Amino acid sequence: MSMTGQVHVKKGQYKIKGDFHHLEFGQPIRLADDNWRLAGITNPRQLTHIHSYGGEAIFFENLSKGKLMATRCDNKKCETKGSIYQPFRIHCPDCLGKNTVIDMTDIAKKTAKIHTFMVCERSGAFNLLDKPIKFINIEFDGVCTILFSYLAVGEPKMGMRVVPIFQKLDPTYTILDMAWVPKGTKENQLPKGFSF
Amino acid sequence: MIKFSDKQLKIPKLMRPVYLVTAGQSKFDRAFPDKRTEELCVDALVQAAELLNLSPAELKSYIHTCYYGHFADHFGDQLLGESVIHDRLGLDPLGNCGVKTGGATGGSTLWEGVKAVASGYSDCVLAMGWERMDEVPTDEGNFYISCAADKDWESPLGHIYAGYYAVMAQKYWKVFGKEEDSFRRTLAEIAVKHHGYARMNPYAQSPMKITVEEVLNSPVVAYPLRALDCCLMSVGAACAIICDEATAIKLTKNSPNKPLRIWVTAGSHTLRPADRRDMAIPLLPNETAKQYKDLGKKFPGGERYPGFTGFLAARMAAYYAYNQVGIKDPTEDLDVVELHDAFTISDVQTYEDIGIRPYGYGRDYVESGDCYHTNPKTGKPGKLPSNLSGGLIGCMHSVGATGIMQVFEIATHIWNRWAEIHGDNKLWKKFDRQKPSDWTDLQVKGAKRALAISHAGVGSHVTATILMDPDKLIKKDA
Repeated sequence: MSMTGQVHVKKGQYKIKGDFHHLEFGQPIRLADDNWRLAGITNPRQLTHIHSYGGEAIFFENLSKGKLMATRCDNKKCETKGSIYQPFRIHCPDCLGKNTVIDMTDIAKKTAKIHTFMVCERSGAFNLLDKPIKFINIEFDGVCTILFSYLAVGEPKMGMRVVPIFQKLDPTYTILDMAWVPKGTKENQLPKGFSF
Repeated sequence: MIKFSDKQLKIPKLMRPVYLVTAGQSKFDRAFPDKRTEELCVDALVQAAELLNLSPAELKSYIHTCYYGHFADHFGDQLLGESVIHDRLGLDPLGNCGVKTGGATGGSTLWEGVKAVASGYSDCVLAMGWERMDEVPTDEGNFYISCAADKDWESPLGHIYAGYYAVMAQKYWKVFGKEEDSFRRTLAEIAVKHHGYARMNPYAQSPMKITVEEVLNSPVVAYPLRALDCCLMSVGAACAIICDEATAIKLTKNSPNKPLRIWVTAGSHTLRPADRRDMAIPLLPNETAKQYKDLGKKFPGGERYPGFTGFLAARMAAYYAYNQVGIKDPTEDLDVVELHDAFTISDVQTYEDIGIRPYGYGRDYVESGDCYHTNPKTGKPGKLPSNLSGGLIGCMHSVGATGIMQVFEIATHIWNRWAEIHGDNKLWKKFDRQKPSDWTDLQVKGAKRALAISHAGVGSHVTATILMDPDKLIKKDA
C-alpha cells in the first residue's frame, strides 16, 4: 500500500520515507471534428515537493502556538533601524543585516485593522479555504508593512479592528494556521481548530 | 520612508542609437489543440521577415543574439523551452538567453535586446516571446498563475492571483474611485472599448460588441471587478528585430518599414504588496511636489504612497524613460500607447503612474474621451489613443508575448501600416475569423511617437518601451 511521502532532517540531510510520486499513463487527445485523429496526450502527474522554510520556520512553528512573530532591524548603523516587518523578513531590506525575531502578538491584538480587503468568489486548484474568500490586508501600529491574510468571521470593512486567531488544533504549519476575526468575536464563533 | 540615491536615479544612456526594424506575431487564442509552440513562433518570425520583404532565411542571416521571453515553464511543462524554440527556428549556434519577469516578460525581453545592441555586443537581435497556457484547465491555470505570488505567504490563500491583485483594486476603488457608480461605469467603458477595438484586430482573441450594462452584469470575479473587467488567458507568440543603425538601413531598404528608434526602461517593486513601505512620490517631468501636498485631503487614504493604490515600478519605468528621451508631457508628446490592462482598474492606475493624468484623476483620461481613437464626445481624433489592439482584455495576454505584441501594434501605427496589416482579408481568412462588416481603420494618422507599458502582476516588474520616428526625436542625443 502506498504511503504519502514524509521527511525529516538528520545530521543536516533530508531523510525521506514513502511515495513522492504516483504513476499513471496519459490518455490520447483526439480531434472530434477531424475523424478522431490524434492531436496530443494528457500528462497526469502528482508529486510531492520537499520545501525548506529556512529562517522563517520560527514564524510558521509559532502560529500553531498562538503567536505572531515578526522581525525588527536592530543594526545601529542602519538608516531604517527599528523598523518592524510583518510579513516576517529574515534580513533587513536596507542593510541586509539579520533581523531580530520579536513576538508581536500583543501589538496585533491591540492595533490590527483592515487596510484593504477583497471578497473573492473564485479560487484556483488546490484551494483549501471556503469560498467566498475574504482577503484582508492588515496594518499595525509601529509596523512599516501590511500583512496579507483572510477574515474567517464576518464581513470586512476598511478600518475595521480585527484580532488574530490561530489553528492550534491539527495545525497545517502553513500561513493558513493564521486568520483574523472582528474584534469582539466570541470563541464559540471561531472555525473548528482555531482559538485566540 | 525609503529614499533613493542619485546613483539609483541616474537617467539611462544608450552607447549608440538602437532601432526596431520589424516585428511579427501569431494568431492569439485560448487554446491551440493542433499547434505546437514552435509553430506559433515560426508564424511570428515569418511575418517579421515578410514585413521587410525578406525571406525568413535572409532575415535570420542578420541575427546575432536571441532573447526569449517565456514566463511560466510549468504551464508549458517544458524547462529550457527557449532552447527548443531556438533550435526549431534554426538559430543554433547563436547565443540565446531566456527572460522571465512575470507579466512584464515581453517588455523585459525587449529591454535585454536593446541593451545588447546599444552596447555593441550585437548588431541585430531577435526578441521573441510566447506563452503556452492551454496545457491545463482554467482552475489549474489559476493555481499555476498563483505560483508567481509568494509560495509561503500568499499562494496557499486561495491559489487565486486575481484575489491578491484585487485587494489593491479595492483600495483604489475606495480611495480614488470613492466607490462611485460613475467610476464603476467608467471602468466598464474601458472593457467596452477594448473588446470593441479587438473586433478590428484579426489576431485578437476576444472581439465583442458589448455595452456598459453587459460589463456591469457580468459575473463578479472579485468585487468590484467582474469577468469582463479582466484580461484573457492566451496562447500565442510575438517577436521583434532590434538593430544598430547600419543594419537597420540594410534590412529596411526594400520595405515600407522605416527604422524606428527604440528605448526600454524598467522599474520594480516588492513581489508581495505586503512588503511595500512608504515613500515620497517620485515626480515625472509634468508634475510638481506641490500638486500632491494635499492628496490625502482630497482623497482620504491617498496620503500613503505608493500604498496599495499606485504601482511604483511603473512610475520608475516612466521616470527613467521620459527623462531619457525628453518627454515632458506624455499626452502632448506621444501619439499612441498600449498599456497593460490586466484589469480595467489597473489600466486607470497606470494612467496615473505614467503621468497621463495626476494621481487621483486617472478616470478623466477615459471620461474626457482622450483615450479613444475617435473621441466619442467630440468626433475628433482622441488626444492619446490607448490599446487600439484591444489590449490584454480584448486581444490577448499570452504572457511572454504580451509586451512584444504591444510594440508590434504601436510600430504599425508609426509605419502607417496598421490598416494594411489588420484589414488584410487573407489574414482574417487564415485565422478563421470573421472580419466585421463595420470593420474600421484604427490607424492613428501621423503617429510619430509611441509608448508601451509591460507590467507584472501586482507590480513587481514594469517596463516602458518608447518608439520614435528618428526624424521626430524630442532629444537629439537620447
